[in-house]
Amino acid sequence: MVTPTRKKDRIDKLAGTSSDAGVSLAASAWRTLRRSPVFLTGAVIIGLFVLVSLLSPWLAPHDPSDPMLIDQVIKARNQIPPVQDGHPLGGDLQGRDFLSRLLIGSQQTLIVGVLATLIGLAGGLTLGTLAGAFGGWVDSVVMRLVDVMLSLPSLLLAFSISAMFARPNQYTVIIAVAVVQIPVFARLLRGSMLAQRHSDHVLAATALGVKPGAIVFRHMLPNSLGPVIVQSTLVLATAIIDAAALSFLGLGNPDDRIPEWGQMLGDVQNVFDTHPQLAFWPAGCIIVVALGFTLMGETLREALDPKSRR
Amino acid sequence: MLRYTIRRLIQLVGVVLVLSLLLFAWLRALPGGPVSALLGERATPESREALTKQLGLDQPIFVQYFKFMGRALSGDFGVSTGVQPGDSALDIFLQRFPATIELSFLAIVIAIAVGIPLGYMAAKRRGGWFDNLSVGGSLLGVAVPVFFLAYVLKDVLSSALGLPTEGRQDAIDATRVTGFFVLDGVITQEWDAALNALEHLILPAIALATIPFAVVFRITRAAVLDVLDEDFVRTAESKGLTAPVIRRRHVLRNAMLPVVTTIGLQTGALLAGAVLTEKVFSFAGVGQALAIGFERRDYPVLLLLIIMATVVYVVVNLLVDLSYAIIDPRIRTR
Repeated sequence: MVTPTRKKDRIDKLAGTSSDAGVSLAASAWRTLRRSPVFLTGAVIIGLFVLVSLLSPWLAPHDPSDPMLIDQVIKARNQIPPVQDGHPLGGDLQGRDFLSRLLIGSQQTLIVGVLATLIGLAGGLTLGTLAGAFGGWVDSVVMRLVDVMLSLPSLLLAFSISAMFARPNQYTVIIAVAVVQIPVFARLLRGSMLAQRHSDHVLAATALGVKPGAIVFRHMLPNSLGPVIVQSTLVLATAIIDAAALSFLGLGNPDDRIPEWGQMLGDVQNVFDTHPQLAFWPAGCIIVVALGFTLMGETLREALDPKSRR
Repeated sequence: MLRYTIRRLIQLVGVVLVLSLLLFAWLRALPGGPVSALLGERATPESREALTKQLGLDQPIFVQYFKFMGRALSGDFGVSTGVQPGDSALDIFLQRFPATIELSFLAIVIAIAVGIPLGYMAAKRRGGWFDNLSVGGSLLGVAVPVFFLAYVLKDVLSSALGLPTEGRQDAIDATRVTGFFVLDGVITQEWDAALNALEHLILPAIALATIPFAVVFRITRAAVLDVLDEDFVRTAESKGLTAPVIRRRHVLRNAMLPVVTTIGLQTGALLAGAVLTEKVFSFAGVGQALAIGFERRDYPVLLLLIIMATVVYVVVNLLVDLSYAIIDPRIRTR
């Protein structure tokens, strides 16, 4: 069934009178995104998230590692500090102010997400560029390595990498989550590079005598960035969720003086039925932020896809 | 076709060999090595030395690897130290694998049975409230940590629906034939046992199905949208074919290729998700063994289970690739 708007688009395309004629992909993407309520929702969520995490040291009413309410924690009766004056969300199992932990937790969560994505991106960019730009045996070696990594389900690979470290900490979590993303980025880059190697603009640059290095970095890499940006946005969401899964399996950072949402959620698994609020708050934060990144990523993908341009 | 299959299987052997080498190196690179893993960190130097000799760890690493591979080929992957101490790793795998197959199978059935029709309906009503709602729901499904959803199902939904939340089956007198509890009940016609095992599967399967469902839904929706735009669909419409015929012969058949690929790739999500879900529901499958294995650093079990997970993942995706030939006749002639 053809809807009226799509019929119009088809006619526009046939007549070459599409309103986007002559506009670059990035400019046209931005025009679509600016008016997309879905993208804006995601952007507002992420904007707030980044703002809160930057300001959290000033926003948090108490020290997140100070067990100030410890006298209200009664292990025998399974009691934790209730909601009270100065502690709008009560306290956690160690008598620490829960709101402060959530606020400060946003910072670590952001760090885990961003660092994991950047490391995965850097690794993937290096491997993918090497494979795609040189081809030949470099390509074969790199891609076999990537194939081995991809032949393991990604989250399972993250679990295995974490288990390699005798004493997990904040950084082992980031590394485990990041390494898993390397093969995905590498494949993405390589595919795009290979497609461009025989394209007209690269041929033209070669004919003009542009150095191979400059061709790779000035001509091929910038043209591959669209899908990479989309993937990065989506990885930011999975990195935060994967970090929670690691904590849940006891492979996360055991030091909880500086909280992180995934860790807060994973650590309360045994009291989920008695104190559900300790799980619902960090889980809710993770879900909202992951949703924010996903909304941005998916709308970006649609906007940057030349097929969906109108 | 046959040559393609054989080539892929040879590739799989290569992947497993590289992976076993990496995992083996990993096991040896552990702080203190397997001796510490087995004895703990406070063992006396004498007992450490004795065990080092006994395990052959004083030999060069490649000798150790070939010995390990030799034992592995005869089915000896070592003895569990944490999951079921004393049992052989292979026994643990064989015992638990049917449970995970049952669970994953039900999960993927749920994902397909809900995801494909919903994806089709959303594509047909593109931009409407039904489309927006289901797309939103599928995005939310990916954003929720699997184990959190599992806990919510376990603690909130189980009492409302009266479903069990622990284990594979209540302690009822059931005959074991295949290790698949539901299937066993059907074969022996012990219907109550089959039903009981099925009830134990429902909640974990729903938790496990969320991510595959979300992905199947979105791929179906996108594929159907692509196909709806094609000229042959318009031709079929103008020929006056009825809607169900167009849906079956023209739209769904052409939209299924990417969907089937996705289903294959989702086995990976299922295997990893099973680790989390089986832990929450104390479901005695491979996933639970992996979860306990990671927790207690049971390396012989981890080594075998990770290799087996890889084999399953690669084989399922090979089968998916082969099934293209059934869906798309053009591939058969190639």
